[in-house]
Amino acid sequence: MKPIFPFTAIVGQDEMRDALVIAAIEPRLSGVLIFGDRGTGKSTAVRALAALLPDMAAVAGCAYACDPGDKDSLCESCRAATSRHTHRIPVPVVDLPLGATEDRVVGALNLERALADGAKIFEPGLLARAHRGFLYIDEVNLLEDHIVDLLLDVAASGENVVEREGMSLRHPARFVLIGSGNPEEGELRPQLLDRFGLCVEVKTPTEIAARVEVVCRRDEFDRNPAAFCKRFAPEQTALRNAILAARAKLPGIAVANDILVRAAEICSALGTDGLRGELTLLRAARAWAAYEGSDAVTMEHLRRMTAPALRHRLRRDPLDDSLAGTRVERAVAEVFAR
Amino acid sequence: MSPFDPNWNTAPQFTDAVCASAFLAVDPGLGGVLVRSWSGPVRDDFLRRLVSLSPKAPVRKMPLNISDDRLLGGLDLAATLAAGRPVYALGILEESKNGILVLAMAERLTPGVAARINAAVDAGAAITLVALDEGVGPDEVPPKSLLDRLAFTLDALPSAHDIWPSVNLIEAARRRLKKISLRTEVTAQLCTLAAMLGVASPRAEIFAARAARAASALRGSKVIEAQDIALAARLILAPRATQIPQSSEPPPPETPDDQPQKKEQESQQAENTQTLEDKIEDAASAVLPEHLLAALAAHVGPRRMARGAGTSGVTHSLKRGRPVGARRGALTGQARLSVLDTLRAAAPWQRLRQPAGSSRIAVRAEDFHIKRFKEKPRKIAIFAVDASGSSALNRLAEAKGAILLLLADCYVQRDEVALIAFRGERAEILLPPTHALARVRRALAALPGGGPTPLASGITAACHLAEAERRAGKQPLLVLLTDGGANIALSGAPGRAMAGQDALSVAKACAAQNLAALVVDTSPRKQAFVAQLAASMGAKYLPLPYADAQRLAYAVQSAVQSQGGADARAAA
Repeated sequence: MKPIFPFTAIVGQDEMRDALVIAAIEPRLSGVLIFGDRGTGKSTAVRALAALLPDMAAVAGCAYACDPGDKDSLCESCRAATSRHTHRIPVPVVDLPLGATEDRVVGALNLERALADGAKIFEPGLLARAHRGFLYIDEVNLLEDHIVDLLLDVAASGENVVEREGMSLRHPARFVLIGSGNPEEGELRPQLLDRFGLCVEVKTPTEIAARVEVVCRRDEFDRNPAAFCKRFAPEQTALRNAILAARAKLPGIAVANDILVRAAEICSALGTDGLRGELTLLRAARAWAAYEGSDAVTMEHLRRMTAPALRHRLRRDPLDDSLAGTRVERAVAEVFAR
Repeated sequence: MSPFDPNWNTAPQFTDAVCASAFLAVDPGLGGVLVRSWSGPVRDDFLRRLVSLSPKAPVRKMPLNISDDRLLGGLDLAATLAAGRPVYALGILEESKNGILVLAMAERLTPGVAARINAAVDAGAAITLVALDEGVGPDEVPPKSLLDRLAFTLDALPSAHDIWPSVNLIEAARRRLKKISLRTEVTAQLCTLAAMLGVASPRAEIFAARAARAASALRGSKVIEAQDIALAARLILAPRATQIPQSSEPPPPETPDDQPQKKEQESQQAENTQTLEDKIEDAASAVLPEHLLAALAAHVGPRRMARGAGTSGVTHSLKRGRPVGARRGALTGQARLSVLDTLRAAAPWQRLRQPAGSSRIAVRAEDFHIKRFKEKPRKIAIFAVDASGSSALNRLAEAKGAILLLLADCYVQRDEVALIAFRGERAEILLPPTHALARVRRALAALPGGGPTPLASGITAACHLAEAERRAGKQPLLVLLTDGGANIALSGAPGRAMAGQDALSVAKACAAQNLAALVVDTSPRKQAFVAQLAASMGAKYLPLPYADAQRLAYAVQSAVQSQGGADARAAA
């Protein structure tokens, strides 16, 4: 297998990197939407992030890679089994390509078994393979509507319910949804936008020095991947440890009352629909606090997470420019000035 | 002596097309080449020469309608049934690893297929893509995500007399490649150039660096020199340029004193145009019936039925959409097997087909049932806007407001939108089909008014685009906004009579194509000519009635202030 470009070797794009790290710390944020120009390292970053994370324990032989430590989310066969062997597997990154058929996404009847001995066996689809990992959709804004419909329900419930081809089953499918796209080429349905916890914008770096560094690092990696990865190994380890530490710390992060009030103020100032905005904002702020090593969420943590957590949730005019970053900034400035 | 011609420095012996091919052979990391040429002996010859540069590389050709299992590999159903055990086949992407993959008719490639190819390339399959693009016009282009991964674009192919490098030379260069280091100055120079040219994708710079290295390897040198950088910039950066290089002098710094004031002015200005736009929208909303587009789309239904396409514009497809059952059929092309129905069909025959004691199910080709899907066709609204002087005077701003309202309708329906403007001597596609309505709004705001009215050209351009989109499987809807004052004939010659005649005749041709259309009369009073035009087009006619004076004042004011004010005044 081709070595993977180290996450810590990505030049610039701090907002995207931070958002991905937060999504890795707090999977309940349910994903990151990355909007931006082509070739800005969006898919490189996603793959690099998964490679950075430590291998996870999974039930051996389980098609869904169930977590042996989490009794509540086991699939039916794992729950029924009396003894479970575990092994360690890398965190999966599953690509959902445009034009994928429903069969491939949801899963279908296993053709081989059906034809060879008439057995009705379920062949898990992409959603099953992405369980506990990342589901990556490049050009998510061009995804066909009938696939989006499938995703919406699964992403919200964490469970894939299959009722087709004479099969009736359900299996866990909790994944971090990562979407990328160029807003110039199409819009996302508001329901799908809502499934992404965070939304970041990436731009081609404008300073020549950064651009030069991008080309140099890419060249170095292409010529000698092993040496390049070795060069970044200390940083990779440091980041991995920071993520693990933050995950451990996350349940104990306190959120004071004034933070809750401030979060509600921001959301009402921006007129976001529903409570998901506030919930996401607080979750992101907690994850960021954990990553920074503090014990409680501060105003600065909240402020830092406002734009990525809310900029795609504004009720907006479809004809308005796509991402209302400035509106969020203005509201933040106003609310925090109070 | 270097195996390379020593005269390289003084007189480059290879044309750009040959250089691009040679670079790809030396460094497959360059991704590939887009060949913009129609099929013919020149292209065939070029492909043959290109392939012969890498004699050991596997070469595959991918047809447009490739199925997923051929592309990615998977179970070979026919062989599986014959052998009675699973037989797998390699996909074409796997087969062309470290080789060349020729993509026929790349301009018709779906984003889905492009996404799969991109994924394979990104995963390091080292496939050299040769995308053959026979597209005509700006609306027939290969998927952008694919284009971004191809280093080169060739418009002019080499003639038969051009000199090609020998295979030995290529191999020597390939060996030398590893030894050539990329100096930071070289990278800096390429990046600076890219920034000056407004090249957006960092991939371009990475490609340029690789191409410069390949150029120096081919030259027999171990150091990347200025000429290599120049060649790489010409081949890779120049075609991607979005701006003409500016002088590198920084703009004079503004004194801190006048800055806030200026900002304030700007924001006030922005606010002004904002409210004006809103007002125009309000004005237009008073006269446009709600859900006009939806009503029009429904109007398409019965007409299409006459052609046998189904009652609600829904097409039955064998590859995507929502499943609607299965039918008996052969497993050809992109058809997908419905296993359950196939087994059900095979079940009654088992005792006859099998010797006693066999547990395997005997399925034969005649049992095959394939899935049927219901696919909702995507819709596209094509706006053709008369931006001539008379229109600008009349109601261009209000027409724009009307379009914005119709766009909101499109957003709800998730339709695509394209924008064509006609003024002066010809029509121009301002915006190729897009989902991004914000871009339509910007394009509209920037649309100047003024000049004579080439109405016939406008209708023709819209019709052509509509036809192209229909060929791509979409359902076009044409919205023509004009005041009917045609005065430029199809030939480009001025003259009211001829222009009117031309407009009517192209409108008839448009009607013959059976396009759903709407003609909005933007003139102050209903124009009999516009109504006649609508009738010829088989289109719905909608006069934009005279708004009250205040609204018109707003409309004129905004036309003068925001866009093309000078044009409008000149026309007056």
